[in-house]
Amino acid sequence: MTVNMTKGQAISLQKNDGGSLTAVRMGLGWQAAPRRGLFGSRTREVDLDASAVLFADKQPVDVVFFRHLVSDDGSVKHTGDNLVGGVGQGGDDESILVDLSRVPVHIDQIVFTVNSFTGQTFQEVQNAFCRLVDETNGDELARYTLAGGGAYTAQIMAKVHRTGAGWTMTALGTPANGRTFQDLMPAILPHL
Amino acid sequence: MTAELVRGQNHPLSQARLEIRIAAGTPIVAAATLGDEHGQVHGVEWVVHPGAPTLPGLEVSRQAAADHRLAVDLGAVPEAVHRVHVLLALPASGGPVRFGAVAAPFVAVTGLDGTELAGYTITGLDAETAVVALELYRRQGAWKVRAVGQGYAGGLAELLTDQGLPQAQQLAHDIHEAVARGMARAVPMPPPLTADGDRPRQTTTPAPGADQGSSATQGAPGAVPPQPASPYGTQSTPAAGMPQPGHGSGPADSAAQPPTTGGPIDYSHPRRQNTAPPPPPPAAPPAPPGQPARPVAGDATGWSMEERLYNQVWGMFEDLARSTAAYRSAVDFADSRMEKELDAALADPRHRIGGQGDAAREAARAKHDQLVEQARAAYDRDLDQLRAESEVVEPALPAAYARWDNPVWHGYRVPFEVPMAVRLGDLHLPECPELRIPMLIRLPLERGLWIDSGAAGSLDGSFLDSHELHRLAMETAVALAARLVAVHPAGDYTLHVIDPAGSGAQSLAPLVWSGVLAAPPAVGAAGVADVLARLTQRVDLVQMAVRGGAADSLPPGLDTSEQLLIVNDFPHGFDDRAVTQLRYLADEGPSVGVHLMMVADREDASGYGPLLDPLWRSLMRLTPVPDDHLADPWVGHAWTYEPALVPPGSEVLPQVLNQVAEARTKYT
Repeated sequence: MTVNMTKGQAISLQKNDGGSLTAVRMGLGWQAAPRRGLFGSRTREVDLDASAVLFADKQPVDVVFFRHLVSDDGSVKHTGDNLVGGVGQGGDDESILVDLSRVPVHIDQIVFTVNSFTGQTFQEVQNAFCRLVDETNGDELARYTLAGGGAYTAQIMAKVHRTGAGWTMTALGTPANGRTFQDLMPAILPHL
Repeated sequence: MTAELVRGQNHPLSQARLEIRIAAGTPIVAAATLGDEHGQVHGVEWVVHPGAPTLPGLEVSRQAAADHRLAVDLGAVPEAVHRVHVLLALPASGGPVRFGAVAAPFVAVTGLDGTELAGYTITGLDAETAVVALELYRRQGAWKVRAVGQGYAGGLAELLTDQGLPQAQQLAHDIHEAVARGMARAVPMPPPLTADGDRPRQTTTPAPGADQGSSATQGAPGAVPPQPASPYGTQSTPAAGMPQPGHGSGPADSAAQPPTTGGPIDYSHPRRQNTAPPPPPPAAPPAPPGQPARPVAGDATGWSMEERLYNQVWGMFEDLARSTAAYRSAVDFADSRMEKELDAALADPRHRIGGQGDAAREAARAKHDQLVEQARAAYDRDLDQLRAESEVVEPALPAAYARWDNPVWHGYRVPFEVPMAVRLGDLHLPECPELRIPMLIRLPLERGLWIDSGAAGSLDGSFLDSHELHRLAMETAVALAARLVAVHPAGDYTLHVIDPAGSGAQSLAPLVWSGVLAAPPAVGAAGVADVLARLTQRVDLVQMAVRGGAADSLPPGLDTSEQLLIVNDFPHGFDDRAVTQLRYLADEGPSVGVHLMMVADREDASGYGPLLDPLWRSLMRLTPVPDDHLADPWVGHAWTYEPALVPPGSEVLPQVLNQVAEARTKYT
């Protein structure tokens, strides 16, 4: 069962049988939008980057992104930088794996962001989506489509935060501008 | 010109002899039915299927496959036939159970030369298990093709019933039977990777334990290593490597043959039995519910037990580094948060009177303690797991990875192969001093080793005098050198010693007495110059040969084994020329098999100024006493290194060295 999330919607990351999730994967997929015009075949490559920022009580503690692929504690792993996006549809081009049971106890929020490293705005990106997958069995828990690309270069996708003993995912979908996650910090802070 | 058809579209066919190519992501059954002008199929003899693969003008494959080529000669089809339906169905036994779960099948009508006339991708299928893909039909004397794409959730039986065939149920059953027979003959698809269970795990999996670890890596003396573990042993009979007789010689012949059950394909040469395939990784026993799985030695990836253990040790190293990072980060955060809250409590004027300030401080401390407690609990859970793993891994290690007090050293035999790595010592962190991670370094060494005899004080605060420290450093060097020479095959590793003043004679005694040295330790300036000159020349020659691609033109007397030069008391007895040569060896030697082990105090060489800084930097610094100077590659904790020393009073070192010397005399 996939939940198609809308902006601001929160879902609890509980399994259907009540047990809490142990490992989730945040997948990001996109395609470069073909350019119209005389040399239409010359699609420009779009390099989107997925990042995850780990917060402890609104203080950034660690960041997982293409230059730091594994959080120091090993609980959050980036599978590697994809510079061009998907040639086909639907697959994840970049993934961030989160082992929720191993996230250090003081980390209470993990924010996932997407930046356009090459500087194209989301108008030039097609089929961008962000989804959350239960890594233990491959079920898609939530999918958030980047509806209607606008004239911005980054998006704060979603956050996963502790609620009680478990975790909850909230879709944020806030547009922002910046090349890497550092530029997004001011935009992230209001969501914590 | 290819026509991409959509559902319902038709296309004229200019040729009568055609081929219909079917491509699907999974094995499927292809069949065809012949119908009269009303589409009615009159009987089972009007159906071509795997059980009855040929009719005049039509032939289908006998088995399920991901790719099919059906031969069609429309000119040879009986006059009464007006329609030919091409059907696809999922096999009843095994595999996906609905078309929605597989890639959309693609069918193409091609000429005999392979030119595609029309293509059709059957999309939009879901719960269907059988589908009418194409219809070839007569229209005013000519044949046309139509893309149909009509699926049937009820499978072949429903499909055939729909075509007006009275015996549909029976025929569908027969088709699936024929396919199952065909499947039994065919090489099965590799089973999908599942968590456990499904995979054909051999019952002959050896019990994991110390003896396996040692026998797998230490190399048994015989030509054929014992291979109790070989799961493929029963399969690598010559018959498995030969083509099966009777394949494709008619259905009767094949059906008479007992169906062979599909096993893993054996790629090994049938008559080369002594290269044992890697034994399967030991299977972890199922964990009791609610508890983490019990660790097993060798539970990592790799081609051999040795490689698995190497990867497992590095995995433990990384896990400990990261768990500790998580713990330290949580504690740091708790500390800083408490400090902030205490400051806030102090700054708030309302708290200056009454007990409110105390209460706020108390609350801040409680929050801190609770978080630290949680972090500690998570950390302890990880440590327990790693401790349990260490307990099973340590005894299973081969000699090159094992501590000197490991029993594997008492059963030491001179190996026939160079190991992947060697243990230089142990690493631990202050949070858990009892959890020792073996420090395994790949062979051949990429950097020289520097055993620092000048470390001023040890971690436990006891200051050793420089003489004692130097003796310990020399002992460390001897233990490491002995280990290096012992884990290499006989004659593959040559030790040279430079001991200009003879101050290391006592420590070097085990090496000298057992006779594993190439020559007695070089003394005096002349000895230093001689050894360095010979090794420098060797590096030059080998480098030239390698660069020139003329390895066979090396002088016949040249010793091509790996060389280790132990230098004691540097820079005593070294002149400027010797120092330059030593630096040259440190830089260029490792790539051509000349390695350096320095036992030195950097202070002694301070007269050279910054000239020697690159030399010290290029060497890996080890200490004779525990010292926290090594950083891990992931998060950069300071790890305490402890050298791998022979336990006091142990006779294992002379025993091992005697065997090495004995093997060397036999070898030369």
